[in-house]
Amino acid sequence: MANFAKANSVEEWLDQRLAIRTIRRVMSTEYWIPKNVNFLWAMGMILMVTFKLLLVSGIFLLMYYQPNVDTAFDSVNYTIMQDVAYGWLWRHVHAVGASVVFLIIYIHMFTGIYYGSYKKGRELIWISGMILFITFSGLAFSGYMLPWGQMSYWAGMVITNLFSAGSLELHGIVEWVRGDYVPGQAFLDRFFMQHVLLLPLGVLGAIGLHFAALRLPHVNNQDGEEINFEEEAAKYKAGKKKESKVMAFGNDFLSKDIFVLSVFLIFFFYLVFWHYGFALDPVNLDPADGLKTPAHIYPEWYFLWSYEILRPFPKDPGLIAFAFSQVILLLLPFLDRSPNVAPANRRGPFAIWFWVFLVDMIVLTAMGKLPPEGIFNTIGLVAAIVFILLWVALPFITKLEKRL
Amino acid sequence: MENSRRGFMGKVLGVVAGVGAIGALYPMKRTWDPLPSVKAAGFTTVDLSELEEGVLAIEKWRGKPIFMLKKSAATVSAQTAEQTARDVVVDGQHYLIAIALCTHLGCIPAFSEAKKGFLCACHGGEFDISGIDTKAPPPSPLEIPPFKIAGSTVVLGETGPEYEKMKEAGVLA
Repeated sequence: MANFAKANSVEEWLDQRLAIRTIRRVMSTEYWIPKNVNFLWAMGMILMVTFKLLLVSGIFLLMYYQPNVDTAFDSVNYTIMQDVAYGWLWRHVHAVGASVVFLIIYIHMFTGIYYGSYKKGRELIWISGMILFITFSGLAFSGYMLPWGQMSYWAGMVITNLFSAGSLELHGIVEWVRGDYVPGQAFLDRFFMQHVLLLPLGVLGAIGLHFAALRLPHVNNQDGEEINFEEEAAKYKAGKKKESKVMAFGNDFLSKDIFVLSVFLIFFFYLVFWHYGFALDPVNLDPADGLKTPAHIYPEWYFLWSYEILRPFPKDPGLIAFAFSQVILLLLPFLDRSPNVAPANRRGPFAIWFWVFLVDMIVLTAMGKLPPEGIFNTIGLVAAIVFILLWVALPFITKLEKRL
Repeated sequence: MENSRRGFMGKVLGVVAGVGAIGALYPMKRTWDPLPSVKAAGFTTVDLSELEEGVLAIEKWRGKPIFMLKKSAATVSAQTAEQTARDVVVDGQHYLIAIALCTHLGCIPAFSEAKKGFLCACHGGEFDISGIDTKAPPPSPLEIPPFKIAGSTVVLGETGPEYEKMKEAGVLA
């Protein structure tokens, strides 16, 4: 038996048993963040808080939601929205949160791409981040099935049809995924399970990996400067805080983080209370009907870019292009052959690559929303081809890049 | 001695873990399969003699909508051989029987009397009166479900000789 002395305070008592002082030191007061960062470095904290908002609102929605094809629609649109006191609040937070979380994820991703925060030891941060993005996509899709409206049903039909892999006609796999020939009770139940348990567990695990991968390489900074963290931390601890290039996570960095978070939350709750309509598609306010397709089937805005890569091509090439777009981002740390860790604008041709890629993603998103007719079809096709060419060209562009 | 014991225990671990993994994955896969009741409900019987000429009927088979159209003699005589090969013929009458889901991504095309065919609103695909794709993106004709003719009725979900013949001719989809 280890020797335990009598504790003089609750903190000491907990420290003896859980080493809370060590944990606080390692995780916060001696976890070093470069000073040379800007508000874009607060996106991780914003994502964490948005995820918590989704979790809490989801728990309350779960109290009244019924995963049954006959009652799901009414349990959402009548019980939760009209009968349950403040039920609308949880629904609005959940719907707006699901949409906004993707906005922040995209900002977070483009920040990482711009500053080169995915290489020289930071590869796993990027990869675990992409795993989080994929898991969040699964969460968004499975959650969209649950109100069992027209868009839920037909999005479920179209997306699960992708598993037949085009001309391979693997209908058996589609039926296996659905548990039925068409989306039905088995389908709704299994997506409910994924949405409320399996995928949230996946997100929690991936967040753990994401944070762990950040620990040793540390957070990147605005100049991609390699910092000797031990030396700089020693300065900080010796009281030379002004001279040191680093600050402590708690509470130096945290105070700035929380300021940005506060600005975000004001924007977020403005959307929740006054501008939630964008997150609740009117098509989905009609109950699911397997014998009537809505005039236009389109995904939520955050999936439009990959939808637009699927759409302008014939079936099989479209599926291949779509699959390409889904995995290629994961490989970014290995496709970028340049050793430079620096803002894109200082990296010559890569600067052009970055801005063309950003604009291309916006164009794909806009075209994905418009009906596939005439000039929009052509623009969409060109944007999809540009997307593919950009990624094929990336290793060559970065290989030729001058060492900074 | 020590090493061989460790080696043996390592092999035991491998075998038990492997058997355990298969033993766990198989029931997991099977649990996701469609239920027997879902599979058993996969047959639909339709009395074709009740259909009206030129009027599209939509039946339901395995939760999917099915187009059923009794074609007039004039329509049939205007058809190409390729179109007629996809007709289901019962008592000398020609019928279109096809799964009413666009072969692109599964939307339901609408019947157009004027165009004598089907138009898909989702991505602009078109099919003719025999369900053959005439305008992209759909890559193939509307699929003909397995059917069996019994008198003047047709049973969807079972395969009869007429279906087998179409399958051999390669005109199902």
